[in-house]
Amino acid sequence: MSVAWAEILDVSGEHVLLVGTSVLIAVGVGAPLAIALTRRPVWRRWTLAAVNIIQTIPSLALFGVLLPIPLIGGIGKRTAIIVLALYALLPLMRNMVVGILGVDAAVRDSALAMGMTRHQMLFRVEIPLALPTMLAGLRIAIVSTIGTATIAAAIGGGGLGTFIFRGIATADISTVLAGAFPAALMAILADEVLEWAERRYAH
Amino acid sequence: MTAFLQFERIAYRVDGRDILRDISLDLGQNETLVLLGRSGSGKTTLLRTVNRLIAPTSGTIRFEGRDIAGEDAIRLRRRIGYVIQDGGLFPHRTVAQNVAVVPELEQWSPEKIRHRVEELLDAVGLPPPTYSARYPRQLSGGEKQRVGIARALAADPPLMLLDEPFAALDPVTRFEMQQHFLNLRRQFGKAALFVTHDLREAMLIGSRIALLHDGAIEWVGTPAEFPNASTSEARTFLRTLETGVTP
Repeated sequence: MSVAWAEILDVSGEHVLLVGTSVLIAVGVGAPLAIALTRRPVWRRWTLAAVNIIQTIPSLALFGVLLPIPLIGGIGKRTAIIVLALYALLPLMRNMVVGILGVDAAVRDSALAMGMTRHQMLFRVEIPLALPTMLAGLRIAIVSTIGTATIAAAIGGGGLGTFIFRGIATADISTVLAGAFPAALMAILADEVLEWAERRYAH
Repeated sequence: MTAFLQFERIAYRVDGRDILRDISLDLGQNETLVLLGRSGSGKTTLLRTVNRLIAPTSGTIRFEGRDIAGEDAIRLRRRIGYVIQDGGLFPHRTVAQNVAVVPELEQWSPEKIRHRVEELLDAVGLPPPTYSARYPRQLSGGEKQRVGIARALAADPPLMLLDEPFAALDPVTRFEMQQHFLNLRRQFGKAALFVTHDLREAMLIGSRIALLHDGAIEWVGTPAEFPNASTSEARTFLRTLETGVTP
């Protein structure tokens, strides 16, 4: 075997960190934005369209496009995290918007009629009821980011893609697998755990 | 006696269409005023102006003598109970938590809330040990409406708004709920505006009936006077009694 176990573990940790940081940033930016969008139909159309377009750009190309841009671009982890966060944005925001807008009109109506403020409506009614849909978005975001993050190695972002690219360059299948297999395992694990959480909060 | 709730020349226009035309009505302290009318007559719209879910285009609504347009909408709504056709219960909250919504918003002590919730569940015929921990999806249509009524009564509001609360129930459950409502009224003695399209229900529930047609009030009077009403819409409604059809 051309890759040591210790190294696989090390790089896997790096991968988790890459995915975790990007998704966290995407949640931090996307959640408040999504909530604001549920109250503004016109902005909602345009913003979701823009986020959609980002999603259609091939990830390798997006890494390439960002490379020469100062501050956010360049070789390394920072660029990788920004790209990954941009990709995670769509499933997170779309599901949050759909979940909140999907709250039954009669429920919303009676919440308003009982004298809830907008803030109370959001935190006591809309978010709890949208939670399963939001968690589904989080699941899609995390699972797909685990996959996309392997490409980050192309711009020096590290992670399990390092093995994959090295394996391709040296035509060594076992090195490719040392990257691909843990990534797949990670994705399956994340999928299972989040699906469980989704069911747990279903109404 | 000045009226407890007073509509003064209320009009509501949307996109050039008159939904409500020049409505003046008043409601006494312990009175149940039924707003009777067919679909599209404006009765629900009129109801929703009271808790400011809808702002009328012109006219004034006075609640306990004060113009509601000058009051804080949130405070106003917490003093007005609201019951709608399919309950509008929160699916993620238990029966007890649903009833506790307004007391919680009003930051009552947990002890006081628990006590009040139990008292109300008993009053609407849902024994707390059996029902407190259930979720709305585990309830029948009639039980949901009972929770809806308990929830609306929770913070002891002086006024109740009921928008066809029993319309979606089967005839037998509906009959039971109407009787139950009359009992509750005797027990809690509140002013209520009750929207329905069913004359039979209006006669049973109302201390007075206001008949709406095309956004205007066509007739106002007591249930006993209704059979002698001579307006065309009133005659149409009376014919439904003969045939048993609800318009």
